Amino acid sequence: MRFSGWRVLKEGLTGNRGWTPHWRDPAPKDEYDIVIIGGGGHGLATAYYLAREHGLSNVAVLEKGYLGGGNVGRNTTIVRANYFLEGNSQFYSYSMKLWEGLERELNYNVMHSQRGVINVFHSDGQRDAFVRRGNMMRSQGDDAVLLDRMGVERMVPYLDFDNTRFPVYGGLYHPRGGSARHDAVAWGYARGADSRGVDLIQNCEVTGIDIENGVVRGVQTTRGAIRAKKIGLAVAGRSSLVAAMAGMRLPVESHVLQAFVTEGLKPCINHVISYGMGHFYISQSDKGGLVFGGDLDMYASYAQRGNLPMVEHVMEAGMTLMPMIGKAKVLRSWGGIMDMTPDGSPIIDKTGIDGLYLDCGWCYGGFKAVPASGFSFAHLIATDRPFDAATGFRLDRFRDGYGLMDEEGTGAQHNLH
Amino acid sequence: MRIHCPICGERDRREFYYKGAAAAAERPDPQADAATWNDFVHLRDNPAGVTRDLWYHEAGCAAWIVVTRNTATHEVLGAVLAEDRA
Repeated sequence: MRFSGWRVLKEGLTGNRGWTPHWRDPAPKDEYDIVIIGGGGHGLATAYYLAREHGLSNVAVLEKGYLGGGNVGRNTTIVRANYFLEGNSQFYSYSMKLWEGLERELNYNVMHSQRGVINVFHSDGQRDAFVRRGNMMRSQGDDAVLLDRMGVERMVPYLDFDNTRFPVYGGLYHPRGGSARHDAVAWGYARGADSRGVDLIQNCEVTGIDIENGVVRGVQTTRGAIRAKKIGLAVAGRSSLVAAMAGMRLPVESHVLQAFVTEGLKPCINHVISYGMGHFYISQSDKGGLVFGGDLDMYASYAQRGNLPMVEHVMEAGMTLMPMIGKAKVLRSWGGIMDMTPDGSPIIDKTGIDGLYLDCGWCYGGFKAVPASGFSFAHLIATDRPFDAATGFRLDRFRDGYGLMDEEGTGAQHNLH
Repeated sequence: MRIHCPICGERDRREFYYKGAAAAAERPDPQADAATWNDFVHLRDNPAGVTRDLWYHEAGCAAWIVVTRNTATHEVLGAVLAEDRA
């Protein structure tokens, strides 16, 4: 079924009886050319681009729960291309280009809204750092505008500009940044993959990976054994556990990152805003809720819920930056599990096992990466060569110390990102 | 989350700095090969369940402790001084 305004009108006038499920619910076959483990944003996008770009449709996506039930449904939906380092910047820049054409590409409303991202800064040193970052973004071909205090005040007058401790000096404005409806991204890719013949198999947990003489043969699942010539892992959050089935240890530690949403409010925050002096970023969903988040809880966790100290920090940071949000009531909070790598950058690479491919280590930046990650991972699986914009995401950069991408400049060690 | 410091007793998690998996305390020989050091610095078991990790009682007695903890539930099962670890 093709979606259009005309279709919505027609269905609205005829009792909405013509809508059909967006994808099939097939039983797993005995064998596929390619099996993708993980039916989240990255796995579904990978399956979509395998079919779309490489004509490979004898593909299954195996999901232990329901499609889009993991991190793609638990993030704060921010889409931006404001990375600094070679390796990261071209990748996120490419992802932004895919985002900009995504709704037409998928014929699906992912509610991509380029409302602009403003990173607020609070000192001369921070301004210098953002000038440098902005110049790197522009040299990559993306957009960045340095705003002075007046410039920020015109756009977001409700910040506490004269805060005694952390006055606002200005902001780095990234007009093409914004947000998207996270679930719809998973659903759009799922529908696109399914319509090209990919089997999306839910409630199918992988329990083992079969390897013979260093070559993958297939997987064991809760719905039986499935043979496969190639297997792609796209299970960020649980990457270590799935990779362990193939006898691998990854440079990953899982951490919980919390997010929050308030009751629905009338439109009041029209951009994505991040605070420079505490870990806090906020935007308003189309439903009206203020969606915001902070830093990791900073201990290894698989719990998908955090503890109160980080809740307190996030609320304090929010109140310091924009006291008006104290009037809003927090409705819900939740946590997602992040694959944290030592340098804070992801991995899209082959493994030491023939036919086994890895897409993991997205830290807290996986959502904006979904289109380019799927595109790059599909390219790697189909051609055995890395996609141009993703050549930096090598697994061996930690072992060799060459090509580390440490955006924060804190060192390529666990627990520093 | 509250952690039982062997010296100070049960304290708020905020008093402690989290270093990482307890493997961080088992430093290889300086002459060990690159693979051994890569294991030590980067690779992690990262279990979903009971794990042991290294914490520093920063706002307390300044002891390094090894905490046994469940990563799936946040339950803290026990702690010993790092120097007394098995």
